[in-house]
Amino acid sequence: MAQFLTGNEAVARGAYEAGLSFASAYPGTPSTEILENMAALKDELIAEWAPNEKVALESAIGASIAGARALSTMKMVGVNVAADPLFSFAYSGVNGGLVLVSADDPGMHSSQNEQDNRQYAPFAKIPMFEPSDSQEAHDMVIEAFEVSETYDAPVLFRMTTRVCHSKSLVKTGERKEEVLKPYEKLPKFDLIPANSRKLRVDLEARLRKLEDYAENCRFNRIEDNGSEIGVIGSGVGFTYAQEVFGADASYLKLGMTYPLPRKLIADFAAKVKVLYVVEELEPYLENQIKLMGIECIGKDRIPGIGELNPTIVAKALKGEDPVQIDLTDVADKVVGRPPVLCAGCPHRGFFVELANLSKKRNLIISGDIGCYGLGGADPLNAKDICICMGASASIAHGAQTVMNKFGKDARLVATMGDSTFFHTGMNSLVNVVYNKSNTITCILDNRITGMTGQQENPSTGFTLQGAPTKELEIEPLVRALGVEHVRTVDPNDLRSVRGALTWAVGLDEPSVIITKWPCVLKKLNEEEAAQYQREAPAYRVEPDVCTGCMDCINIGCPAISLTDGKKALIDEVACDGCGVCEKVCKHFAIDPVEEE
Amino acid sequence: MSDVTNILLVGVGGQGTILVSSILCKGLVEAGYDVKMSEVHGMSQRGGSVSTTVRFGEKVSSPIIGEGQADILVSFEAMEALRWLNYVKPGSKIVVNNKQIASAPILAGKASYPDDAIAFLQGRVETDVIDAEAIARELGNLRCQNVVLLGSLVERMGLTNVNWDDIVAKTVKKAFIDLNVKALNAGRTAVLH
Repeated sequence: MAQFLTGNEAVARGAYEAGLSFASAYPGTPSTEILENMAALKDELIAEWAPNEKVALESAIGASIAGARALSTMKMVGVNVAADPLFSFAYSGVNGGLVLVSADDPGMHSSQNEQDNRQYAPFAKIPMFEPSDSQEAHDMVIEAFEVSETYDAPVLFRMTTRVCHSKSLVKTGERKEEVLKPYEKLPKFDLIPANSRKLRVDLEARLRKLEDYAENCRFNRIEDNGSEIGVIGSGVGFTYAQEVFGADASYLKLGMTYPLPRKLIADFAAKVKVLYVVEELEPYLENQIKLMGIECIGKDRIPGIGELNPTIVAKALKGEDPVQIDLTDVADKVVGRPPVLCAGCPHRGFFVELANLSKKRNLIISGDIGCYGLGGADPLNAKDICICMGASASIAHGAQTVMNKFGKDARLVATMGDSTFFHTGMNSLVNVVYNKSNTITCILDNRITGMTGQQENPSTGFTLQGAPTKELEIEPLVRALGVEHVRTVDPNDLRSVRGALTWAVGLDEPSVIITKWPCVLKKLNEEEAAQYQREAPAYRVEPDVCTGCMDCINIGCPAISLTDGKKALIDEVACDGCGVCEKVCKHFAIDPVEEE
Repeated sequence: MSDVTNILLVGVGGQGTILVSSILCKGLVEAGYDVKMSEVHGMSQRGGSVSTTVRFGEKVSSPIIGEGQADILVSFEAMEALRWLNYVKPGSKIVVNNKQIASAPILAGKASYPDDAIAFLQGRVETDVIDAEAIARELGNLRCQNVVLLGSLVERMGLTNVNWDDIVAKTVKKAFIDLNVKALNAGRTAVLH
């Protein structure tokens, strides 16, 4: 019987069926659940979280060279981190098949940019598959491993949020027995210039063979519904075209989108009167089709920014406006609902004090990718900069160095999480130490990778598949990197946080503040449960004492609201008892709820 | 693809929309429909606005819908129904939970909650208002509010060709089967009154 699976679950299942032996990834929305779905398969395959995407892909490359089928998965910006091994391993080719999943995020639901990673395939000169739904995700990943081994190439497997996180019915199969191919010492795995020059030529020959394969690939198929309208599409965008045109158009559905089946495309185009190319984000297919001298309509009508949906495609290609109910005055009534730090989030106490300090001192706060980015939201507003993962300290270093050079009084404070520190934050901190800036680096250690939904990392003491492992301690590591001024504090102890920040601002050398308290959503193990007291009572506001001064409201806790009578009110069900509000209340109006 | 029915479930991160959509999909799959479901994870879980699309019929292509395409909107929170109103097809229905959850700007006193949200909805679309919290409280567990709303949804849509009691029993933990089956049926009854 068919199973109802997300695209991510289907990829995990397909790779498992393909005889996968090894998978390595760094969590990132919308890719995270692929590896999570392999955690339980520990008797059959190895699935690991790596500290970053480059390390993940390199580990998968090692497994491939050793002769096993290997998978690496990441969100689209992660491929930028992993681009170095990707481009060069493209020259080598594989031993065991290697598939790299890039999960792109059109519409930027949870990402800092909207890059279309299909462009990586021609850039790195590697074959690419692009599924439209879960069944294709399952079937194509199996085919991708075959292609990888047959054509001696790593394969890019490009998904998007709506493929990763949509569920549909999937017919699954049995696991093919895993194989360790014999390892041979080969020049292709040693990319010295003399070898690479030869491989560079082979790379083009490989692409010519893949072009022939693409012409007959079963995932590039035509659905003939007459010659009036033709649609070429790929990925989830293709399904929107199907919704819009139904049986009124003929389709060329492209599942393998690099290299393209040029003859198949030319033949299809020749048979239809009007040719539309429906794809999300960049005119990736369209540009290549136009270069073939084929006229088509695409991005001049279909938006290239943001996600598409059937309504947008219908409007773009048929001029049909959506029929809606009367929406007059609706927009005026709706208030935004931005994501916020959870009630009881251990980052809150730190950001409350950092925000206070930034009112007194000229601080520039360099943030990073993770939940602590929400410390930049109203009302805390404790963030100025965020570019990419692991960059907080390196960007702060450059800014601090220049500010110092020009005699400005601005102080740079970098904030990153524990997982981000191990990702590439460590490298950034090394630069701060090596080049001696007085950047203040704050590592907000919440004992888990939070934003992507509770993944283990090198400092949590457990692997993805649940095995206990060495727990890397951040403070000794930071000292070993050469930072002499280090303090570890409890972020809910505001006085300690304040003291540490004041201390760091007074230093003229690199300093690190580590805040250590587990994420409120983390399921604590026994050892942690003993170490971190969680059974705190909820708090309440004494309305007669509350002056409505807004100090507790301004910590941005979702459990605290302002009543019509301008008094603070704590939702005792939502309150987690962290006590940060009590500590900021100068009127002593907030107390723990007494046990009855 | 006119034979496809589009359900849009919206709410606030943490309200249990995901459990409801998974029960719903399980029932529709067992009834023999082609089903696609789409949801967005990630940042939206941190108390943000969340939405899930469920589409079913003979053959479903797209996992999501655009503006003006929802045949029914189920909102777990009153203001969220307004936020997603542009996705509702004229002549369709809304099931809304009589529940207000203030967002960050409202908590901070920088904006006010639209207290007339439900009356406003009723003026524009055929709307069932369900007091899921009161029903759940009566059943002794506030956490089954989401299944109350599922009951209202399946009743309002006339999805009677599925044994929903059975699907709920197969999905939730054993200790909560009785509670959730009661919640489901209380939700069904609520739209009949």
